[in-house]
This record gives sequence, structure tokens and C-alpha cells, in this order.
Amino acid sequence: MVGGGGGVGAGLLENANPLIYERSGERPVTAGEEDEQVPDSIDAREIFDLIRSINDPEHPLTLEELNVVEQVRVQVSDPESTVAVAFTPTIPHCSMATLIGLSIKVKLLRSLPQRFKMDVHITPGTHASEHAVNKQLADKERVAAALENTHLLEVVNQCLSARS
Amino acid sequence: MKDSLVLLGRVPAHPDSRCWFLAWNPTGTLLASCGGDRRVRIWGTEGDSWICKSVLSEGHQRTVRKVAWSPCGNYLASASFDATTCIWKKNQDDFECVTTLEGHENEVKSVAWAPSGNLLATCSRDKSVWVWEVDEEDEYECVSVLNSHTQDVKHVVWHPSQELLASASYDDTVKLYREEEDDWVCCATLEGHESTVWSLAFDPSGQRLASCSDDRTVRIWRQYLPDNEQGVACSGSDPSWKCICTLSGFHSRTIYDVAWCQLTGALATACGDDAIRVFEEDPSSDPQQPTFSLTAHLPQAHSQDVNCVAWNPKEQGLLASCSDDGEVAFWKYQRPEGI
Repeated sequence: MVGGGGGVGAGLLENANPLIYERSGERPVTAGEEDEQVPDSIDAREIFDLIRSINDPEHPLTLEELNVVEQVRVQVSDPESTVAVAFTPTIPHCSMATLIGLSIKVKLLRSLPQRFKMDVHITPGTHASEHAVNKQLADKERVAAALENTHLLEVVNQCLSARS
Repeated sequence: MKDSLVLLGRVPAHPDSRCWFLAWNPTGTLLASCGGDRRVRIWGTEGDSWICKSVLSEGHQRTVRKVAWSPCGNYLASASFDATTCIWKKNQDDFECVTTLEGHENEVKSVAWAPSGNLLATCSRDKSVWVWEVDEEDEYECVSVLNSHTQDVKHVVWHPSQELLASASYDDTVKLYREEEDDWVCCATLEGHESTVWSLAFDPSGQRLASCSDDRTVRIWRQYLPDNEQGVACSGSDPSWKCICTLSGFHSRTIYDVAWCQLTGALATACGDDAIRVFEEDPSSDPQQPTFSLTAHLPQAHSQDVNCVAWNPKEQGLLASCSDDGEVAFWKYQRPEGI
């Protein structure tokens, strides 16, 4: 995997003054959703709810608070079993981009039914190495091998754990 | 087209895990499977069903990515993310690990035996391809480390009759290697794919090579020898390879594997859209510009990505496939009428 392995929590922050965004409120429950007979189809809001609280590896903030993920950048088709998430690194040379993308990918892999095909990529035009990062995230063999690395898996799990 | 591929049976080969690869032994009586559960399983028939005859579980610490049988059928090699390749010796239903090949810096992605049985090739995310020689005492020696690719090497395959090696890479190219004056050299680079090349397969004659890619195409390459009739330029005494056919628009996601049937010439593909497809060359097409038709398309062959397809070397039309869902499936392919 591209760089970023040792930089977590040590030394100078790459982006010392990130912009912080407001969190969107809880989603209102509709009558259809309360009806047990009607199966809930997975929509963009549900995917966003899964990924919004992922921790940024460097700052004590969530990806939602840093605007790295936004509901408008999530595309879902339940009938086609596809999900696409575009994430926006806070700065164009962010070395954590692969790690952030991997955390989003892992969260989706662990939460969604196995039929789903997941595409996680950088919002076009927002990162200097977006092609390289996107290619790694799209390579399931590389992702599988990376997740067998216990150190990297620990870092990912930290990003995915609930903040105390 | 759905009827040209009929399901014979499924086995949960690597439960709660993914099955990455399959290999039939040379006599077509056994199928080896390997997966994310770090195990290799050997399958054989008992009446109408497929049963697990052996489990090779002590060999690797991480995912086993590929397996390959030696041409004599007495040995099985397994390539793993733990950076090693195990060589297993078969003794009836038992397999014993007789050697572990080390040296790659990280995950080994593929292993292949040359038709002579004396050479083995491995490749890795460390960007290299290694050629190993094995002698009569089962001693393995690395005779060459080839650093031609600029990225992760995904697959290696030997030519069916010559000592010619092909490799596929994350750098979007295919490379060919041969021995020249006691050392191995890269003699050709095939460019054209627009993304990672995942797998390769030679046709029965060895004159053509099929490659499949993350760019959702299959490309067919043909070898042209120096002084060929078609006027294809060659550099020195090395053959030239030209892309003579591209199959595009058939696959909706990454194509992970391509298999060329040595008995019939049919081409099968394993795709990330959960489907298996079979193509056959149109009999009247020009050998320099062949056309292939889709003769079977089975959507949802598995419930997740299909990682591998393998034609049985002896029984015509028998195809095995495996998937991220951990299952191995067996199919009967019959070329549809009127094509």
C-alpha cells in the first residue's frame, strides 16, 4: 500500500487547521420504514450513516465533520447492488488518503450484504495522486493482502471505532 | 445461451472465506482449490458428487492465492501472501510439504510449472518474477530474478511447449521471457490494456496468448517470427507479438481470469460481475484478425465475484469455477447449435 503507515498521531499534523463542518441531524422515520412487511431498500442516507462517524486518522474529528464524506457524494442502487462513495481528502497531498479510503471500504464490506459491489474513490480533482490511490482501492487483491497486515488492520480498526 | 452452460454441482470449498484459484491435475481426476482460509483442498469425484479428499492446512500463514500441479501430477505448488511458495508431494491421498521457497519480499501472487517439469516460475507484489530450477533430488534453486515490471506482478504462465514465460502486471502490461546464454531475459512487452492485467492463457498451439484485465477487455495476441509472411516487424531474432483481437463490451466489471480449453479452443472468463462467459472463434475468420463470438453467458454463476475458471484437461466441456463466496462450481459446457 502507498505510504502513510507510520504517520498516525506523531509529530506535526499535515493539516493543522482543518475546516470543520456541522453534522446533519438524525433522519426522520417514514411510515414505509416502520412497516415490517416492506423490506427496507438501502439508500444513500443509510450508506452515509455508516461512514459519517469514521474517525480521521490524524484529527479527533469524524470524516463528516471534516467534509471528507458527504451524503451527496454517495451513489447507491439497491436493485443493481452497487455503491459508489467519493471522498474528499482535506488537502491535495494528504498522505492519509489511501488509509481513509481503506477505512471507508472496510466499513462498507463489514456492514453491507455480500451482494454489493463497492467502489470507493477520491472526488475527482481533489488529490495529487488520485489515480494511484483509486487504483489501489479498486484492487481487491491488494486490499485483501493489506488487511492481513495486523498493524494496518489495527490502524483501520481505530478509525472505525466509536469515539469515547 | 444460458443453456450452453449447465450447473453440475457446487461445493462450499472455503467456507466463510473466498476461494481464489483452482487447478486440475494433468489427468483431470483431481481439482485443487485454495483460498483466504489459508488452506488448499483437493477434490475428487465419488459417484456423482465432488468430495474433499485432502486438506493441506499447515503450509501457509496467510491467504493461499494460487496453486499449480507439476506436469507429472505428483507435486503441487502453492503461492501465498505470506511471501512463500510451498511444494507439496503427493503420496496417494496425502500431501507432504517437501520444500518452502523463500525470497520474495512480500505476497507471492502466482506460481507455474514449465511443461518440462524442471522449471518453476513465481511472481510477487515486489514487482519481480523468479525462475527456479528443480533437479532429480527435488532440490530447488533460483536461477533468475527478473525485474522488468514496474508494479505488482499478478500472474505467470508458461508456454505449452516452449520454455517461454509470460507475466501479467498491475503496470498494465504483459511481458515475455526466455533463456538467453544462461540467463533469463525479457524478450517482449505487450502494451494495450488500460489497467491491471490479471491473468493469461496460451491457446493449445502456443501461437496465441489471451490476456484479461481490469479494463474489462480480453485481448488476443499473436506471435510473429522474424521473416514472417505478414510483414510484422521483429527486432533481431526475437519474435514480435501483436494484438490481433480485443473482446470489449461483454464484461461489466474486472475480468479476473481467462482459460483457454486445450481440447476445444473455447475461451472462458471469470468476471467481477458474478458471471461466467465462454467465447469461441468463428471458424471462417481470418487467423490474423480472428473474430470470437459469445457462446455462453451465465449471469449470477456465483453470488459474488468469479475469481477463476478452469477447463478439465481430459473431459471435454467440463469447467470448474470459484468465487469470493467461497464456493466451487462445476459446469458442463456445450457449444450451442447454429453458431
